[in-house]
Amino acid sequence: MPILALAWKSLLNRRFTAALTVLSIALSVTLLIGVERLRTEARTSFANTISGTDLIVGARSGPVQLLLYAVFHIGDATNNISWESYQAIATQPKVAWSVPISLGDSHRGFRVVGTTPDYFVHYHYARDRGLEFAQGHAFADLYDAVLGAEVADSLGYRLGDSIVLAHGADDVSFTRHEDKPFRIAGILRRSGTPVDRSVHVSLQAIEAMHVDWHGGAPIRGLSIAPEQARAMNLRPKAITAALVGLKSKVATFQVQRVVNDYRNEPLTAILPGVALSQLWSLIGIAENALLIVSVFVVVVGLFGMLTALLTSLNERRREMAILRSVGARPAHVFALVMGEATVLTLLGVVVGLALLYGLLLIGQPLIESRYGLFIAVGAPSAHEGLLLGAVLLAGFLVGSIPSYRAYRLSLADGLSLRV
Amino acid sequence: MVIDIQDMVFRWDAGGPAVLALDALAIATGERIFIQGPSGSGKSSLLSLLAGVTTPQQGKVEVLGKRLDRLGSIERDHFRAHHIGYIFQMFNLIPYLSMVENVALPCRFSLRRRDKALVRSATLEEEAVRLLQHLDMAHPGLLHRPVTALSVGQQQRVAAARALMGSPEILIADEPTSSLDADRRESFIRLLFDECRQAQSTLVFVSHDAALEPLFDRSVNLARINRALAKAEWREDT
Ligand SMILES: Nc1ncnc2c1ncn2[C@@H]1O[C@H](COP(=O)(O)OP(=O)(O)O)[C@@H](O)[C@H]1O
Ligand SMILES: [Mg+2]
Repeated sequence: MPILALAWKSLLNRRFTAALTVLSIALSVTLLIGVERLRTEARTSFANTISGTDLIVGARSGPVQLLLYAVFHIGDATNNISWESYQAIATQPKVAWSVPISLGDSHRGFRVVGTTPDYFVHYHYARDRGLEFAQGHAFADLYDAVLGAEVADSLGYRLGDSIVLAHGADDVSFTRHEDKPFRIAGILRRSGTPVDRSVHVSLQAIEAMHVDWHGGAPIRGLSIAPEQARAMNLRPKAITAALVGLKSKVATFQVQRVVNDYRNEPLTAILPGVALSQLWSLIGIAENALLIVSVFVVVVGLFGMLTALLTSLNERRREMAILRSVGARPAHVFALVMGEATVLTLLGVVVGLALLYGLLLIGQPLIESRYGLFIAVGAPSAHEGLLLGAVLLAGFLVGSIPSYRAYRLSLADGLSLRV
Repeated sequence: MVIDIQDMVFRWDAGGPAVLALDALAIATGERIFIQGPSGSGKSSLLSLLAGVTTPQQGKVEVLGKRLDRLGSIERDHFRAHHIGYIFQMFNLIPYLSMVENVALPCRFSLRRRDKALVRSATLEEEAVRLLQHLDMAHPGLLHRPVTALSVGQQQRVAAARALMGSPEILIADEPTSSLDADRRESFIRLLFDECRQAQSTLVFVSHDAALEPLFDRSVNLARINRALAKAEWREDT
């Protein structure tokens, strides 16, 4: 114990370099634990992108691809599902509800989702959170649109504004459905899911926009006015995918098999949770890279301590000889330097955690409103505790290098003060 | 005999030249002995042996009846902590400790000296201040000054107080006056004598400055008795 008191006083005497060392360790710990926390929160929030939906049905494809276009609206479907096939599945006795999704149009970089008002009822995320309207309501009129929070925020739209949708993912003038503008009927509250970045219209609206189109281009010489279109048959011919809820989860695999074995059309049904974790394992590589980088930052921080302690040793040989003259053993000299390394590492970890929690408290509301990502400001998790333990252990190991050197020096020097 | 050395040979490196080769050197209890010799004659090496930091390759080094040459390094470290006060030529003090903490330092490593100190005073701090007072270092203005702000002479007196803390049987001083002015030297040595008398300690005082010799009970010239040196010089002559 008395040696630790000496170590503490010796550090106080060199408080400027000691503070710098502590700071560099602290910053690296903040980064490490911050990355770890963000990573876990991002993973859970990702896994919670869609919930309550038991199956996602689309044309035959890989599960990750289907998940990507049906839920994240990234990429395109290889094929559509005919309306008849969709009806056949939707009317299965085990199916409680189903919501069709029709993709293909866009608005200034945001995808347009053609669906039914049921979408706003059945789409759930996180454990059990439903979509909520910040303003307005679901589409009531044929030419009503409902915007995700991000769309409204970044484009500065308000309720009642008029917008024009475009055919395909590229919003260029000659592909716009200029003749059939939409009125914004509702704006959704932020959910941190891809819904935030979508423009929602009814399936009939998708049909209405395309009555005078064929194969991705307007039919020459044919122009049907919006009011005329209302009177036409707007039953969709095909959809892109469907979200399906079952009466009982027990039936999941049974219904999945029915879909996969469907005769008239090659279809795929996936379990969203399974596909999400498959997708995450792909993204997870980047996330692991981030963690590895922050581990290296910690190593650099500890090397700072190693350098500081090693360079101080030479000017401290006299101090070691004095300690030996009053009866200190070389082991005491080892303990003195080790004590300093321990104090530096411990302080670094504590200051780093304090810094992290300070940042979290300030940043949490910002991250939640900006990215819809909720980061809990709780006690460190078991895994974070493990990381902190590893940092302390690494501190010990790094600290043992100058300690051992001090030990050797004091053994060789004895009481002679040769500098 | 407090110190008894016989037929002793010492080298720093196992294969290196002998630094010390002494037939016999005995020092009696309470004696104040002056060991002189030119620089490099092995004075500091001899003190290292007496303090148990090193051991001879041959012969006997007996201190306070203990054969140091037969003790293990941990035992020798304990022995030094319990029985020996040591003063260096200069820079004796730990810069990050206060004057009182510096003086009390030996008690951190030796319960024996701690108990002895606590016989005299109620606390270690009190005992440290008492010793500093004897050495004229306990002015309120001085006590709280950082030790690095003290003059060399003041630092040496603090070092003497530390060496005397807990009344060790032997006080070893390695050229403690070499960095002092001529007029300060004598007064410092007289202070040491007084304190050693009161603590009944034996004083082994080393210096290359022969002018100090008359102050001591007895003097030993290492240049004359260290056979390792004579041989080396003889070799150089031829
Ligand atoms: N710690 C040490 N390690 C190796 N050699 C040493 C050490 N201390 C002293 N020496 C060597 O021992 C010899 C005697 O030195 P020393 O005992 O310091 O003489 P003095 O104190 O009389 O000047 C010198 O050659 C010196 O280089
Ligand atoms: Mg010397």
